[in-house]
Amino acid sequence: MNLKLKALKKSLWLFHFNSGSCNNCDIEILDCLTPKFDLERFGIKLIGSIRHADVMVVTGFVSRQTAPRLKRLYQQAPKPVIVIACGSCACSGAIFAPSYNMAGPVDKIIPVDAYIPGCPPKPQAIIAAVVKLWKKL
Amino acid sequence: MNLIFNFLVFPGFLFTAVIGCLASWIDRKVTARVQWRVGPPILQPFYDLVKLSGKETIVPRGGARLTFLAMPIVALSAITLVSTLIWRVLLSPQTTFLGDLIVVIYLLTIPSIALIISGAASANPLASLGASREMKLILGYELPFILAIFVPVIKANGIIRLGELLAWQWTNHIFVGSLSGFIAFIVVILCMQAKLGLVPFDAPEAETEIIAGPYIEYSGTPLAIYKLTRWMMLFVIPMFLVVIFMGGINFSGWHILWGILKYVLLLVIIVLIRNTNPRLRIDQAMKFFWGPVTGLAILAVILALLGL
Ligand code: SF4
Repeated sequence: MNLKLKALKKSLWLFHFNSGSCNNCDIEILDCLTPKFDLERFGIKLIGSIRHADVMVVTGFVSRQTAPRLKRLYQQAPKPVIVIACGSCACSGAIFAPSYNMAGPVDKIIPVDAYIPGCPPKPQAIIAAVVKLWKKL
Repeated sequence: MNLIFNFLVFPGFLFTAVIGCLASWIDRKVTARVQWRVGPPILQPFYDLVKLSGKETIVPRGGARLTFLAMPIVALSAITLVSTLIWRVLLSPQTTFLGDLIVVIYLLTIPSIALIISGAASANPLASLGASREMKLILGYELPFILAIFVPVIKANGIIRLGELLAWQWTNHIFVGSLSGFIAFIVVILCMQAKLGLVPFDAPEAETEIIAGPYIEYSGTPLAIYKLTRWMMLFVIPMFLVVIFMGGINFSGWHILWGILKYVLLLVIIVLIRNTNPRLRIDQAMKFFWGPVTGLAILAVILALLGL
């Protein structure tokens, strides 16, 4: 078990879910994978299919349209899976909180392991969050 | 007993798996360096495998359970068998059987066929799209591939035993050294890129377009087996080309370094092609293979028949 946990820490594959964000948070997540920050050093890479995912990064305030899909994707992910709420929207709803279309924030729909506030959070903040998660695992 | 050892440990499964993991690390590292990144640590493939084997395995609802779970194992055992055959040829060229060249060509298509079947068994529209693209791609590259493999056979007067092909190259010259052999070699490198499913011929599993194609529904251990199969192919197929075109590896003294260099050279060519090309649409890939590549292959066969 210990070996598996260590391996999990060393090869986190990200699945990125946009639940109605303004796209700024998504750009910052992609920033982490660029040559400047290069998360592949730590074995972190972006993958396209939820079945391969270890980490779900959710951005956006979770609109009424995306809420059932977010739930379904969480159920489709092979466990253990970690959920990160990225951006103020995902953490609390931020400026969209009073909106008629608000079904979130994320932790109302699925359990969340880490919150990254910021609008959008800097790549450094995202990396710091991942490091904190590492220590918690 | 000896055969089982050969299949499971050396030069079969374990050996190929370890070298395959290394090859995939080299692939990722060189890619990262090309893009001015640092790249993953050397143990990364092992971490990936261990992690995947610790995850939940999900079989999609509506999928064919048995087929879905069996196909990765079929692909893995086929590629292991190819590796065992090729290394037996290298270690003791006399022990091979007649026609093993044909057996190897057959076995090399089995991973692709397993991929098609598992795509169809996944009950996922994107997976079946990937499977149909893979099918078209096989139709495309298999013709020039086999034509190009004919060239060494013709030049060596119809030998279809890998060990004797090797011996012929050691007494005469290696096949890349002649004009027809060189042209055939270029054709085979292009086909190899498609066999390995790498850019520019990765339309069947285009990550950004149809997510991961036939792999889309795989998770946990079956996905790990598929990944391992891909990495082993990264080792086995270039090794096959080294044997039939470049004179294999000579295990006496310093010559072994030269042999390893041949393999690394092929690997670097693969990685560089993969990093400097965009993805072709499937119809473009088909046109490419059936047009210029097959033309080149036929030219090589004609030159070989003329004795050049
Ligand atoms: S937190 Fe800010 S940047 Fe991120 S999705 Fe919300 S509004 Fe956009």
